[in-house]
Amino acid sequence: MAIEQDPNSSGSAAPLMTPAVTSFVGASEAVAPVGGPSPIRKFLNSRGSGDVADKVFIGVMLVCALSIFGIVLFILTILILRSRLTLHQFGFSFFLHSAWDPVSGDFGALPFIVGTLETSLLALAMAVPLSMGVAIFLSELCPEKLRAPISFVTELLAAIPSVVYGLWAVFVLVPLMRDHLGDILYKYLGWTHLFEGYNFGVGLLTASIILAIMILPIISSITRDIMLAVPTSQREAVLALGATRWEMIRTGVLRNARIGIVGAIILGLGRALGETMAVTMVIGNHPEIAKSLFAPGYTLASVIANEFSEATGDLYLSALIEIGLALFIVTVIVNAIARALVWAVTRGAPARGH
Amino acid sequence: MSTNPFHVPPPPSEETVKSPPSNRKSAWTRVNEVRRYLVNHMVTFLAVLSTVLVIVPLVAILIYLIYMGASSLNLAFFTKIPAPVGETGGGMANAMVGSGIVLALASSMGIPVGIAAGVYLAEFGRGKLLAGAVRFTADVLNGVPSIVMGIAIYSLVVLQQHHFSAFAGGVALAIMMVPTIARTTEEMLATVPHSIREAALGLGVPKWRAVISVTLKTASPGIITGCMLAFARVAGETAPLLFTAFGNQFWSFKLTEPIAALPLQIYVYAVSPYDEWHRLAWAGSLVLIVMIMVAVTLVRIYASRGVLKGAS
Repeated sequence: MAIEQDPNSSGSAAPLMTPAVTSFVGASEAVAPVGGPSPIRKFLNSRGSGDVADKVFIGVMLVCALSIFGIVLFILTILILRSRLTLHQFGFSFFLHSAWDPVSGDFGALPFIVGTLETSLLALAMAVPLSMGVAIFLSELCPEKLRAPISFVTELLAAIPSVVYGLWAVFVLVPLMRDHLGDILYKYLGWTHLFEGYNFGVGLLTASIILAIMILPIISSITRDIMLAVPTSQREAVLALGATRWEMIRTGVLRNARIGIVGAIILGLGRALGETMAVTMVIGNHPEIAKSLFAPGYTLASVIANEFSEATGDLYLSALIEIGLALFIVTVIVNAIARALVWAVTRGAPARGH
Repeated sequence: MSTNPFHVPPPPSEETVKSPPSNRKSAWTRVNEVRRYLVNHMVTFLAVLSTVLVIVPLVAILIYLIYMGASSLNLAFFTKIPAPVGETGGGMANAMVGSGIVLALASSMGIPVGIAAGVYLAEFGRGKLLAGAVRFTADVLNGVPSIVMGIAIYSLVVLQQHHFSAFAGGVALAIMMVPTIARTTEEMLATVPHSIREAALGLGVPKWRAVISVTLKTASPGIITGCMLAFARVAGETAPLLFTAFGNQFWSFKLTEPIAALPLQIYVYAVSPYDEWHRLAWAGSLVLIVMIMVAVTLVRIYASRGVLKGAS
């Protein structure tokens, strides 16, 4: 649009709206009167242009961004402050001590740690192979038409509230476990001595199953995204060498994405460690380290959920907050590792794989 | 053979090249090929099988929830407050209003901060170490169990005020919204083409104005749905409300008093021994699920359309 041949224009390459453009880009000596800023500059200033407004704006945005750090620091400090009673009284032995006796004021977090680890790892053992299969199917084998609906369902299931899963577990999974599944497990896997004792339906195994159901959509959708982030050229290269589809997936995709997949699994672990409501509703809430998977147990999150509002006495409250602190630190570490691994793979890839 | 390093071996005779490979294959190669073929199909089968094994029960759960909810939902659910134990009827009207109040409070605090943090990450923080750290912290914070937020806010707000309150619940949920919204806003802003920003800046629009009325506006459908998703997520959160909003069997509109919330009510009713309450719990779950379904569907629509039709 530049009318360079116009002899009347003052600038060298002046477009149609000569004064506005030249004065804005700073060639003010050509157009603006010597005494002050050009009318255009005045106009822009009156509409809020200028360094000050921009700096204030960026400052506000920065403060909001930094508030995310603030939140983490705030949680950490307040939990440490409020749990200092037990931190002083029990020290590190709090985590190695298996008594939980609010009446006599003797607290140890070991049963909850064991319960959390048992349920989370068991849930991972159930969920990981299945979600790998789902991710491979969705990213490599799935017909184009099926991909969108299946991804939609997984996303939907990942978003369903924990308490709703808990409700379902209480009324469907627990009776199923008590009346059918428990007997089958005892019959075929009884030799492992893991399925002994009386089966109430509620217990570690039921909690693990509901956890597995809840982390399945998360692990599989992240793994799918990671596998889709592997460049197509990798797949083509391996296929061109005469590989079968599985060999292509194994050497071309899984090998490239393995770090991210580990990250996705750890992310699922983080979710399982902190899952509260559904677990509280079906685990049985009994602070004892059990040998059988049918036995009722307790997790870090569920003891807080269950006992916090009825905690009497400062020491009891402090013990529960210290459990929360432990949960916070562990999940932050687990999530940090997982995120770092996932980022290592998906960095540079589009945010959402389509 | 030859000592000459540049010796070019004679081209292979016609037979070695042209002969069909099957004749030349050793038995071992063939076994290997069959094995590869079988493994390939077995893995394909396993992948399909696991998808079926996952999708079918999960969809069954979903359908069961919807069925149970739909069969226990009635008008009283939306208009009445919980009936005393032993009486039939009653609803969760107060819990829904309570959830609305707590969520409005949470949104009014969490959404502006979240969007602003996202704007910083996308517009001003590109390639900066600080932005990377914020992004990382947001992702990590996303994974922190909600119950931890609950006890942190309990320690800060409830212990100061000496009673549970709707305000405390709102703060706990707001904290959970910030990282999610920041990250979705950032992602959505990243899809705004640079040419649009440059066009705005080239017209002499100040940076803050360009961000607010051009970049944010262009990405607004995506950002709004991102906020909806965060809203739907925290709407179903129970754990952070247990010791903050606490729950209430009656109407309550004050921010300084314990207030009922839908997920809390579902939890209390689900673990109660009364059939009538169980029915209400199912109905409450359905309301939550429908809300989340709408949010997820909208997000998918915007994500698959690439958000910015008019822009690019």
